[in-house]
Amino acid sequence: MELRPHRFPVRQDRLHGSWPIETADRLFLRNLQPPTVYFFGTCLIESFFPAAGTAAIRLIEREGVAVKFPAGQSCCGQPAYNSGYPEEARAVARQQIRAFGEEDLPIVVPSGSCAGMMRHHYPALFAGRPEEASAERFARRVVEWSEFMAARLGARLEDRGEPLTVAWHSSCHALREMRVIAHSKQLIRQLARVELVELARERECCGFGGTFAVKHPAISGAMVNDKIDDILATGAARVLAGDCGCLLNITGAIAHRGLPIRGQHLAEFIWERTHDA
Amino acid sequence: MTPEEFDRKAEAALADSQLRRNFAFAMGSFITRRQALFSDPAETERLRSLGQAVKRRVLSRLPELLEELEANCRKNGIQVHWAETPAVGNRLVLDIIERHAATRVVKGKSMVSEEMHLNAFLETHGIEVVETDLGEFIIQLNGETPSHIIVPAIHKNKQQIARIFHEKVPGAPYTEEVTELNAIARRTLRRKFAEAAVGVSGVNFAVAETGTLCLVENEGNGRMCTTLPPVHIAVMGIEKVLEKMEDLPPLLRLLTGSATGQRITTYVNLISSPRRPGEKDGPHEVHLILLDELRQTLQCVRCGTCLNHCPVYTRIGGHAYGFVYPGPIGKILNPQVAGLDQAGALTTASSLCGACEEVCPVKIPITALLRRLRNEATSPAAASPVPGHGCRRSRAELLAWKGWAYLNTHPRLNRALNRLLGLIGNEIPPAGPIERWTRFREPPHFERTPLHRRVETMGDGDD
Repeated sequence: MELRPHRFPVRQDRLHGSWPIETADRLFLRNLQPPTVYFFGTCLIESFFPAAGTAAIRLIEREGVAVKFPAGQSCCGQPAYNSGYPEEARAVARQQIRAFGEEDLPIVVPSGSCAGMMRHHYPALFAGRPEEASAERFARRVVEWSEFMAARLGARLEDRGEPLTVAWHSSCHALREMRVIAHSKQLIRQLARVELVELARERECCGFGGTFAVKHPAISGAMVNDKIDDILATGAARVLAGDCGCLLNITGAIAHRGLPIRGQHLAEFIWERTHDA
Repeated sequence: MTPEEFDRKAEAALADSQLRRNFAFAMGSFITRRQALFSDPAETERLRSLGQAVKRRVLSRLPELLEELEANCRKNGIQVHWAETPAVGNRLVLDIIERHAATRVVKGKSMVSEEMHLNAFLETHGIEVVETDLGEFIIQLNGETPSHIIVPAIHKNKQQIARIFHEKVPGAPYTEEVTELNAIARRTLRRKFAEAAVGVSGVNFAVAETGTLCLVENEGNGRMCTTLPPVHIAVMGIEKVLEKMEDLPPLLRLLTGSATGQRITTYVNLISSPRRPGEKDGPHEVHLILLDELRQTLQCVRCGTCLNHCPVYTRIGGHAYGFVYPGPIGKILNPQVAGLDQAGALTTASSLCGACEEVCPVKIPITALLRRLRNEATSPAAASPVPGHGCRRSRAELLAWKGWAYLNTHPRLNRALNRLLGLIGNEIPPAGPIERWTRFREPPHFERTPLHRRVETMGDGDD
């Protein structure tokens, strides 16, 4: 895919949260090649929401940043980690650490939950093991997509869509582990003809919880149905989220109830409203 | 409790719309009140870190601090007893009661006595036990256990309480007026306070350096239990000890703020001795029973805020858990005390949303402990202090995770499978976990072309 002109020139050193000093080497590199990041697609986006993945990549590229998508990536390992199978989770985590190489470039993740797993739980998963240092290095590179767009790239969005009211669902791990909700909302609020309405119980879990949803379907079902009632109460016909686990749960239950509400990943929504026709 | 029993209880609770309304309303107002009190995030964070530090310091020096507490209590005239198990604790309480030839006991609210099932034990020995906390009084009348550790009758609304009073209190009319309901309870309890020879209470904090017992409450009944009867027996878990008096103010603030959103409770009782010569009131004897149970989650101050913020607890209430401690704290505490074979089902009943951990006044890592317990329940490894270890091992489940790990570490195979699922995945009939998923949701819909294929055609793939 061709790079668009730099509307807002981005320097590689600004992409990285932990870059301390801009060295002469960095400046040199900057002039030779466009700044580059890695992209982790997540297993749910791979199969169920691929349009969210392509939109997230295109939006990064539109800011003048090149995106690498390593073929060896798969899942962050959280399903096994949360189910009490750390050995299996470690095997899958090792695969991601290998796939994203040693290059000290940011790894952008369009999910607060997968990002939280890789940023905060990889170091714990490998604590006291030979891979501890590489897991730490990997973890420091992880950044959630909306934070990357809003805070690191300072993306400016131009709304081309019709007036629309949207509700926002905060995923628990975007909220409590990655703490990126302000960035996600900042992106939505840039869209001039989009009105963002808040859910009354925004901080409450939608009931997904991975295997929780199938181990305790009744409790999980009660939670997601309350979440949907909360969305219904806003009157919005569209609900946005930054996590496809929540979306799988919420849109699945919306369809089950036959309601005319559409759920969408934030990146897909923004791409839909801002790209040239 | 088997996983099936837990699910059955949870589903019964979910089907009770009155119960769900009661909990949703009550938990919602607790959250709002806590938020209003802890309105400054930086200050709250500082205070929680202080609470965590105090409790950690105490727990790291538990044996010597307990001995210091014992020595200073004795100096103050408080008699101290050690109970290694609930059975020993119950026996000690009964012995004291029998020594005074008492048949009636009034009780203030105490969760540790619930852990010991003290009431049931005393009743089998012919002792009448009257709960005097209003919530405890209501559920005792109705033959129930607490559904919340701070507000035990929170699952009942006004109308339900009116009916219980009318049916169970002799001569009480049916009324939904709150002041009249309070008056009925007060009339009944005043008589009991006057007649009881022994008062039993819990302890919120015990200060080692001064030998002081601290109790918080809002109704005044607690103070009646500890001052009116000639004998006061305080029962506490060993984790309630504090090192110094200066540790108390921050923890009191955290406890009351987290529990009920109050800056301070109506009554804060500091008990440092029995009645001294020349004093006009207070018990002639004060006993402290220290209960030492296996507890890994010893930082807990029993404020109940994790219950208030838990989306699962809010929907199923306390009784569905089937243990003394419900909610997030119960999910980590009960399996360690009762064993994973008895309480293991509780560990999976969490979406790991972390709402509890975010508000815990002493920063107990609840989600990490849940993960650890889930692992203990399914792994074969030896040395573990948790009883019932490995009880939920299942060959089928282990194989499923091994297969999942194999796929996710073999990218070519994984990608091929994803492409195949894009073509035929939606044709596969829902079975097993997917079938359970579809009770409330449509099955996940596979998109025809997975992301990695789309990226290849975008020109971003590097393989």
